[in-house]
Amino acid sequence: MPEPLNSVGIVEPQIAEFDSPLQLTSSGVLNQYSLAYETYGELNANRSNALLICHALSSDHHAAGFHSKTDKSAGWWDLLIGPGKPIDTNRFFVVCSNNLGGCSGSTGPASINPSTGQPYGPDFPIVTVADWVESQARLSDYLGIEQWAAVIGGSLGGMQVLQWSTTYPNRLKHAIVIASAAKLTAQNIGFNDVARQAIRTDPDFHNGDYYKHNTRPARGLRVARMLGHITYLSDDLMANKFGRSLRQKAKFDYEFSPEFEVESYLRYQGDQFIDRFDANTYLLMTKALDYFDPAADYEGRLGKALANATADFLVVSFSSDWRFSTERSREIVRALQSNKLNVSYAEIESPHGHDSFLLEIDHYTQVMHAYINRIAGECLGANS
Amino acid sequence: MNKLLNNQGLSRHDLQIISEWVSPNSHVMDLGCGNGSLLKHLQKTKQVTGYGVELNPEMIAECIDNGVNVIQTNLDQGLGHFHSNAFDTVILSLTLQAMRNPRTLLEEMLRVGKQGIVTFPNFAYWRNRMQIALGGFMPVSKELPYKWYNTPNIHLCTIKDFHALCEEMGFRIESSIAVHRSGKEGLGLRLIPNLFGEIAMIRFSKK
Repeated sequence: MPEPLNSVGIVEPQIAEFDSPLQLTSSGVLNQYSLAYETYGELNANRSNALLICHALSSDHHAAGFHSKTDKSAGWWDLLIGPGKPIDTNRFFVVCSNNLGGCSGSTGPASINPSTGQPYGPDFPIVTVADWVESQARLSDYLGIEQWAAVIGGSLGGMQVLQWSTTYPNRLKHAIVIASAAKLTAQNIGFNDVARQAIRTDPDFHNGDYYKHNTRPARGLRVARMLGHITYLSDDLMANKFGRSLRQKAKFDYEFSPEFEVESYLRYQGDQFIDRFDANTYLLMTKALDYFDPAADYEGRLGKALANATADFLVVSFSSDWRFSTERSREIVRALQSNKLNVSYAEIESPHGHDSFLLEIDHYTQVMHAYINRIAGECLGANS
Repeated sequence: MNKLLNNQGLSRHDLQIISEWVSPNSHVMDLGCGNGSLLKHLQKTKQVTGYGVELNPEMIAECIDNGVNVIQTNLDQGLGHFHSNAFDTVILSLTLQAMRNPRTLLEEMLRVGKQGIVTFPNFAYWRNRMQIALGGFMPVSKELPYKWYNTPNIHLCTIKDFHALCEEMGFRIESSIAVHRSGKEGLGLRLIPNLFGEIAMIRFSKK
């Protein structure tokens, strides 16, 4: 484990068990469930320094640090979370939980359904962003956190932040919404459905019951990830990174094995993914993305949907992100402004597409630093 | 404030004038807000709410540091991102002269706000006149330190020009003051502001 000075070091995931039934948006109910989570830093005496991190489609509660001394890669947001980093664990108590329906420790389709003794598989109910926020609110109670200094998330995580701000306005002081959207576009839903079709038409899918057959729709999940990955990068970045370079050869062999660098790169990404991710979880997460649309109950008026939010907001988008474009973030900013809420908005110049929110980019880091400093000033008082 | 002009921002005296034109507890937008110092001042002295608008990435974090809401936006693309009649006052300070379409922006200011406040370097200031009249060169001064070929200040105007445009656009001039960078006041400044005023400060609204 390459442990840099500003790492949170080795972290251990924890499990919180819940046995009061959770009524879901889809009319399903989870009678009991567990949430896997990690924490970094120390909760202060008056519990005013807690930050909740909400994760995106393919990540989990392991946001920072390492799981063991031999762990090669750090948590998914390790560039931003750690001592002295923008999300400063010297000052804040940082919590990240795995979403319900996930595959990294929280109850999900691969978990055992207590009423059958078998994995849930296709019986796992569809969960929505609102359901996740409900479960996270229960985790907050469990951890004794009445109010979060901030709830922070990128992409699908940003949707959870928006939901938090309206469902529990009194339970967060600040909301940081990064590379996100208040609803997906038709194009975006289209991409998600292609991914789902890749999984669901894999002969190994067995209608979602593949655990029973001791197999998994690896090919479908791989294609889904390859497609997703393309959409998370920008055209320019792919052109610069791969261009039309061939793989260890100068000329075409006129065959179907991967010849272009970009082909082998995407296949590699797909292969890495199928080893750590469950196809049923991928299906659930993409559905949650598609359904999210808080304005739908207010004749499409997002300003109305956010009317009872009271938090101060930071909204961040990235210039080359076409999957969650800057215009989607602007819609959120406009809606917040129409409610005269405190909001700052940064549009970060970056070639890295949607994945930018995971990276260290000077302007992005500066803005996050400045904003979280402000939170520290307000929430931690003079001894911050 | 910004790097368009040599002098960084408004003097305390200028801030005070703008402050007097802004109602307590009103909703304000500051276009080209730089590091947010003007809004910070107005938040402190007038308890205003509102937003700064700035394009320069380096200024965004500074605004946040200053406790000012900032929306990163290119003003040359207009104010389409802002709702109509959302603000009591919209301020454009020392930025008008660098805009691609000043007229459109002025129109937009009174679409989103009830009153506008504009400050700009008065091109008819006597030192500028002297440089053209006697030297035959485009004026270069402490205030406008650029050469004609590299200046970001592409739409310089005089106080008279601005009044004429307001007339043409159907705006009512509520107040018009010319000031000296030094804060000096004199009879000349009061009698012939277009000649002796270095910075113009103008408040206007819809007729």
